[in-house]
Amino acid sequence: MGNATAAWIEVCKLDEIPPSQARTVNAGDTVIAVFRLTDDRVKAIENRCPHKHGPLAEGIISGDDILCPLHNWRIHLDDGVVAAPDEGCVKTYPVKVEDGQVFLSL
Amino acid sequence: MLKKKLVMIGNGMAGVRAIEEILQANPDMFDITIFGAEKYPNYNRIMLSPVLAGDTTVEDIILNDEQWYADNGITLHMGKRIKEIQRGYKKVIAEDGTEAEYDNLIIATGSDPFIIPVPGHDKDGVMAFRDIDDCDKMFAAAKKYKKAAVIGGGLLGLEAAKGLLNLGMEATVIHDQATLMNMQLDSVAGEMLRADLEEQGMHFKVSTLTTEVMGDKRVSGLKFKDGSSLDCDLLIMAVGIRPNMALAKDSGIYCNRGIVVNDYMQTVTDPAIYSVGECAEHRGIAYGLVAPLFEQAKVLAYQITGQGLKAYQGSVVSTKLKVSGVDVFSAGDFMGGPGADVLELMDRVGGVYKKLVLEDDKIKGVVMFGDTADGPTFFQWMQDGKDVSEQRSSLLFSASGLGDSGHSGIDLVSAMADDTIVCGCNGVSKKDVVDAIMTKGLTTRKEVTSCTKAAGSCGGCADLVDQLLASTLGTAFVESDHEPICGCTDLNHEQVKEQIKTKKLTMVREVMNVLEWKGEGCQVCRPAINYYIGMLFPEDSEDDRSSRIANEKMHANIQKDGTFSVIPRIYGGETTPDDLIRIATVAKKYDVPTVKITGGQRIDLLGVKKEDLTAMWKDLDMPSGFAYGKALRTVKTCVGSKWCRFGTQDSTSLGIHLEKRLDRIWFPAKVKFGVSGCPRNCAEATIKDIGIVGVEGGWEISTGGNGGVHVVATELLCIVETAEEVEEVSKAYLQHYRETGRHNERTAPWQKRVGLDSIKALVVDDLESRKALVARMDAYIATQDQDPWAARVADAEKEQLNKFSEYKRIDIPVRVEA
Repeated sequence: MGNATAAWIEVCKLDEIPPSQARTVNAGDTVIAVFRLTDDRVKAIENRCPHKHGPLAEGIISGDDILCPLHNWRIHLDDGVVAAPDEGCVKTYPVKVEDGQVFLSL
Repeated sequence: MLKKKLVMIGNGMAGVRAIEEILQANPDMFDITIFGAEKYPNYNRIMLSPVLAGDTTVEDIILNDEQWYADNGITLHMGKRIKEIQRGYKKVIAEDGTEAEYDNLIIATGSDPFIIPVPGHDKDGVMAFRDIDDCDKMFAAAKKYKKAAVIGGGLLGLEAAKGLLNLGMEATVIHDQATLMNMQLDSVAGEMLRADLEEQGMHFKVSTLTTEVMGDKRVSGLKFKDGSSLDCDLLIMAVGIRPNMALAKDSGIYCNRGIVVNDYMQTVTDPAIYSVGECAEHRGIAYGLVAPLFEQAKVLAYQITGQGLKAYQGSVVSTKLKVSGVDVFSAGDFMGGPGADVLELMDRVGGVYKKLVLEDDKIKGVVMFGDTADGPTFFQWMQDGKDVSEQRSSLLFSASGLGDSGHSGIDLVSAMADDTIVCGCNGVSKKDVVDAIMTKGLTTRKEVTSCTKAAGSCGGCADLVDQLLASTLGTAFVESDHEPICGCTDLNHEQVKEQIKTKKLTMVREVMNVLEWKGEGCQVCRPAINYYIGMLFPEDSEDDRSSRIANEKMHANIQKDGTFSVIPRIYGGETTPDDLIRIATVAKKYDVPTVKITGGQRIDLLGVKKEDLTAMWKDLDMPSGFAYGKALRTVKTCVGSKWCRFGTQDSTSLGIHLEKRLDRIWFPAKVKFGVSGCPRNCAEATIKDIGIVGVEGGWEISTGGNGGVHVVATELLCIVETAEEVEEVSKAYLQHYRETGRHNERTAPWQKRVGLDSIKALVVDDLESRKALVARMDAYIATQDQDPWAARVADAEKEQLNKFSEYKRIDIPVRVEA
């Protein structure tokens, strides 16, 4: 992250996120979903589907995509872009794992 | 063993059917000899009209070719007319001197067409329409002559006229009554038929009596009673048939209108001699339709092979015909005199007319024109004496008339009772056809016909057979062969299940790798794979929560705002003040915004925050209601005999018992029960996956119902006496569903796909198979020993954060100093 202002915030241990699942982090009024992928990489996006505001953290992870639990919209976790034929975008957050600890940057 | 000698005079449909029945009953009992006056083997006389119309050929209507006679060791004398029966010597003698001795003799000489003895009836160009020779003569005549007249406006006459029309002749039908086919149709339907045929180019003179056939050597015209006349150079007489009994009469066998037989088809004169078919008179009636004749054939075979007494009681006949491309159906007393209770539906533009004559809310007669799909059902109800008062208002629109499922033909046939006769000619029931399709893997009408004979005679039920084919194997055929589970794979549900089983794959990821999935799976295939693994290897696999949809993963129903709902089990819908207080206390403590009584007799706490779930479950201390899962949902009950003054059975106790036994099982899709204590059915059991209705002395179990988008009523599976049997059959049914159902396929479409009959066979009739299914279900239940809510609570208390920590809330500061 080249951004000088980026400050890493400790969130939780990687082990505290169930494998191939997610958990939510509250930052004020914003809820962020932190996903632990099959290969233990982590991704973070806003926990709010652009369609009907479904809680993305409860969806099924498919590769690097998340499927919204309400109406199965498919959202790419890297850039937050919704897959066709649907349209939209979700805010993404920088996230990293160091020594089994998950860090997030707002 | 010395075989008995059986001789049959006549080689037509009824007689040969009797021989077939005899061969089936005991193939080694008789040496069989058949004499036929015609020079053809047994052919389908009903199909002469299509031959004449050019729709089929003589070869195609042969029912038993010469090879068949040879294969069955039958001596066949074609083109040999018997001139004498010597009863004293027990032998018959043909015109050419051929003799045959018999122990038993069957006279199946059929009937002769009736030629009206008006002056000039013996001129050239005057003929009947009865056999293949007549067809040939008509083919020849059509090449030379132009104007044909047909006397007789019954089925045969109209078919003959239509054939001649097709051969390029002009055709006029002369009928002595005002209504065409007046034996089968009322005046309204007769008029509609006439209009239809006139449009096809046929001419009519009704209420007209012929007084003379004019011409020198050959017919040149007709003279009528009203003084008018008509030019013609071919005349077909199709006014009826007469039992052919001259030979029997000459041999001293008692004849009246036909050869008189008893209820076992034996001639009343000589017990060694039988008679069957159009020549036989039973209780004063000589039948001319195929269905009763085939019934007679069966009785004859039963008697002659010594299987015991089975009496022929006479037949109630229905007529389902295609007259020159128009469907008509009639049965019973369809005229309905003055003051009769008559329901009518008339659609002139659509060419549909239906009329039911009722008496005391029961069907007495029916006429249908244009749309005859419900005919067999009405006929069945007429014979059963079914009370139709409840369906009265919708009866004529559709016999099955249920919600949105009543209008297509396929739905109609699936709603037909199993014993409803599909093919009236051959007495083939829906069950016979469906069983043949299922067990022999048939896919075409031709195969069905060769296996069951359905649609093999008049062909009037060909559409019904097609619909049965479609409804029996339609989806199975199309989907199992082609439709993959989803876009992630080319394999369908059955293939994936099979691969998991044979390759012993116990992890979702493993399945996707081995079966070369495209991508990482989706919300359709991953839960399906997870279900199949858990179903096939309950003890050797672990549930993959990452392949569960949100509801099942969270053990709560996700709502549109991302909150959840919590529904505890209230077994059988029966609760206690203590439980209610506990629920109320929890609802208050966690500030639950909505408390709702569900449609399934439970209480729903809506708007619960995710992080409150475990704590609420702990405080509730009640089992999970599985309202979120493809599992047993509700068992809806009525109060039953415990309180209700009408109750015949204790439905509440049974419902509670069943729910407790089955409450933690995963199914392909959700499962709902209804248990009613009496046929008033207050628990609405007949739109549930399994509906149990208490009757005097037992329980009716019906299955495959659905109350959702497509309302489907349950179909009766069986009736049992005890609650233990209800549990056993329910378990067997549900295990069979677990094993063969596709993920996300409710019991209604599943039952339709695999067929109720095949389910009955495995779940009800075959006790071994039933036991095995129950054993597998019990083994599975034993693995589901922990309530999911209790398990999550225990985990949370042990602080196994790596497992279910997603329920816990994490807060981070919004702004951080760098």
